[in-house]
Amino acid sequence: MSLQVSDLRVYYRTLAGDVQALDGATFSIEDKEIMGLAGESGCGKSTLGNSLIRLDGRMRYVGGTVTLDGTSVPIWDDDAMNAFRFRDVSVIPQYAMSAMNPTRKIGKMIQELLESRGENFASIKPELMRRIDLVGLKEDVLARYPIELSGGMKQRMVMVLSTLLNPSLLIADEITSALDVSTQRAVAETLVSFRDHGFVKSMMVITHDLSILYQTADTILVMYAGKLAEKAPTTTIIEHARHPYTQALISSLPEVGVRYTSKKLVGIPGSPPQLLDPPSGCRFRARCPLAFAKCVEEPPFVQIAPDHSVACWKVSGPNA
Amino acid sequence: MLSLNRVTKTYRVGTFGGKELVAVRDVSFDVNEGEVVSLIGESGSGKTTIGKMVLKLVEITRGSIVCDGADVAGIHGSEVKSYYRHVQGVFQDPFSSYNPIFKADRVFSLIRSEFFSEVPTSEWNDKVDAALRSVNLDPGQVMNKYPHQLSGGQLQRLLVARALMLDLKILVADEIISMLDASTRIDVLNLLGDLKSRGLGILFITHDLSLGNYISEKTVILRRGVVVEMGDTDKVFGNPKHPYTKILISSVPQLHKKWADVEAEMEARVGSEAGVCLYHKTYRPTNVVSDGPDDRPAMVKVEDDHYVGCFELGHGICQL
Amino acid sequence: MSAAVGTSAEPSETAGSAAKSAPPAAKRARGEFLFFALRSKKFVIAMAILIFLALLAIFGPIIDSTDPVAQAGEQMRHPTLDAGNWFGSTYFGDDVFSQFANGLRASFFVGLLGGGLSAIIGMLVGFVAGYKGGWIDELLNMLTNIFLVIPSLAVLLVIAAYLPPEWHGVPFEAVFIGMTSWPWAARAIRAQTFTLRNRDFIDLAKLSGRSGGKIIVFEIAPNMSSYLFLTFILLFGGAILIGATLDFIGLGPHEGMTLGLMMYNSVTYGAALQLGIWWWFIPPGIGIIALVGALYVMNVGLDEIFNPKLRDI
Repeated sequence: MSLQVSDLRVYYRTLAGDVQALDGATFSIEDKEIMGLAGESGCGKSTLGNSLIRLDGRMRYVGGTVTLDGTSVPIWDDDAMNAFRFRDVSVIPQYAMSAMNPTRKIGKMIQELLESRGENFASIKPELMRRIDLVGLKEDVLARYPIELSGGMKQRMVMVLSTLLNPSLLIADEITSALDVSTQRAVAETLVSFRDHGFVKSMMVITHDLSILYQTADTILVMYAGKLAEKAPTTTIIEHARHPYTQALISSLPEVGVRYTSKKLVGIPGSPPQLLDPPSGCRFRARCPLAFAKCVEEPPFVQIAPDHSVACWKVSGPNA
Repeated sequence: MLSLNRVTKTYRVGTFGGKELVAVRDVSFDVNEGEVVSLIGESGSGKTTIGKMVLKLVEITRGSIVCDGADVAGIHGSEVKSYYRHVQGVFQDPFSSYNPIFKADRVFSLIRSEFFSEVPTSEWNDKVDAALRSVNLDPGQVMNKYPHQLSGGQLQRLLVARALMLDLKILVADEIISMLDASTRIDVLNLLGDLKSRGLGILFITHDLSLGNYISEKTVILRRGVVVEMGDTDKVFGNPKHPYTKILISSVPQLHKKWADVEAEMEARVGSEAGVCLYHKTYRPTNVVSDGPDDRPAMVKVEDDHYVGCFELGHGICQL
Repeated sequence: MSAAVGTSAEPSETAGSAAKSAPPAAKRARGEFLFFALRSKKFVIAMAILIFLALLAIFGPIIDSTDPVAQAGEQMRHPTLDAGNWFGSTYFGDDVFSQFANGLRASFFVGLLGGGLSAIIGMLVGFVAGYKGGWIDELLNMLTNIFLVIPSLAVLLVIAAYLPPEWHGVPFEAVFIGMTSWPWAARAIRAQTFTLRNRDFIDLAKLSGRSGGKIIVFEIAPNMSSYLFLTFILLFGGAILIGATLDFIGLGPHEGMTLGLMMYNSVTYGAALQLGIWWWFIPPGIGIIALVGALYVMNVGLDEIFNPKLRDI
């Protein structure tokens, strides 16, 4: 079974009007697939990830449907979503350091959490212990307070907790951004192992770091200014991207071995558009080196090859 | 130009200040004109503390920092201002570097009132314009705006422009890229490269090895306040000797190679696998008992302009 | 007290980065302030009460220009609620309304002078201790603690015993309150200064060659302006309350008339409770409650307005 999202729109309410943060997302994630959701700040990836599990006070559901394993997910209804959260859809938040109650021992916190969900802690405990061991933590971690653990350890603990009831969809929101390079690798590899062990069916990994996605994700979905830009298998995105934004993004990433003196990298001039009153047509138009007349019309997100979709007239239009 | 000599910083911690925490220990390196030195380390490595000591925001406990022949610790009172003409800093969070209730260009008027109070207004405005253009900013776009109206990249470049209005010789860039979007990072990074060619010395503090590799001539790798490896960037990255350096390099997520491949490559090239340094296995910043010359790892010359901090190696025990 | 530091903060990065084209923050802040201010019931009602009382204090004695302590006719004149005086007369034949209006004036005065003085001292001590840290902080902390522990009542008793009566007026009371109620303000300001002083923009100001004093005045204080304002309002109300309390237990001024003094006189000298002369002590009581209560409620309302996290949009 899988996740299907169709024309999802979620806006933010502000005093100045609605910010069109997520404006029409259509994609799907298959079972056993880890999809990376990449983009820069303001592109809507966090809005997308958060909307699938919990719309907070400022977010406004405008339209679109979400289907998980054949069942419609009522993201607009906070109470109805309660049945889905933690069991079918789960999230690993960005700052796991702050996700655990600092005044509770970890074991007690897990027990309370499970019991509030109507689960029997005693029956789940053996599985919990197995997973704690799997991620490289010691058994006695349940008797500790969160403050006694390092950042990476806390992150892994939260990962175990979020996936305890084997959710169908796991949303990982920038889980490696606040970590050191060596812990990043451990956490990213742990994430993949969860999928390999069957603890989660599909995963959405939200990050701005394309290189982490290269190491962990099967497919990558690139977003820009609230719209989808390109979706393809990882290697295709990294090596044969078609959307001008994706291409520019990848060529602006410094790598170990590349020196300023030998190959000067180039960024993308300008900045993303205001989403309070977004420009018509393709939102990348103002910064795109390949923009031409047709771009004043919004390009649809279409499939140009099996598993490869792009929203760009240059790629999919009649002039391609 | 800037020379650190066995710089040490200790803090008093614990109840009644009984214990000592050694944040930086016996660090020595130089920053010359027209050169970028990367100070690379994970969290807790002391790299920010070193930056702040160079900027005189934190006091040095032992050792000395010498800038153009003058001992930095001995500068007091009105001489501090003249020091700041030559040495400036830019910090990690662009939005925190600006007082949020004032306009962004107030940073210029601060400089003006302290350093250039006799300069007539029109001449001052010309200077500001010139400084902004030299960092590729359009004065019309960034003057007279509040910080939240500008992007992170613009704010960082504005801070560099501010520093350039003085008679800058050394710039301490403390993680100035990490909070910026991927597409704007390169612009700021290239700006640093440009400054380097104008004769500035830059201390580039970062946790991101690929950035350090891209921009710097020399690299210093820190772990828990101690230098583990330093020297010419190509040599440190191409021929890493210290086990910690190897772990760091192999943990960096690369864009075209999987982690497993990077590790295998490194093993084949450098010989031994990334293991744990015997000294660092037991080294804790608080359990430093004595700090006589025998206690710290000696900096051993591996090849020209490439040093490794290794106790065992220096004594001929460890066969790195 | 919640941390209402700085003016209107931005919503999350995603929404905020997109709202950049909105008018500059100062204009927006004022517009936003008015918007939320007028929406806040607490603020509006409290403000209305305060304005009413202030008008009464300013114009009351002008409208009813009877001398508050001039006693009409012979002693023991029968106190009545007659049409001659709006609030009736006291046991001694004084015009209660005139006393009330003058007392209100005196209360505002005590609030301003006493509250203002303690605000100034509190800010001085709080900013310096919070910014400098180290041994200066220790010293000022010790000073704060000493002032906290001193039994101000006992000190006032001693001072009152030795002070020539013509000095013991309302201004003296205000100054005394100002000099003894600053400690908690100093503590609160010190705590806020601590959180601000480690921010990057303070470091940047240091790198620009700014001295500590200038940094406190031009960087830290403006950032805490809403907090300082709230603190002042609390001190203002607190001074009035303390003043009324002191008056009521007999340690009040020997000159002039205050609300607390009215209550004191009515109970101690006028046997108002026994004789049921309720129009003598109830108006001042209500006056004090209304004044101090309105100030506190306005404080809470302002806190909500200044701190975007407490708003319910």
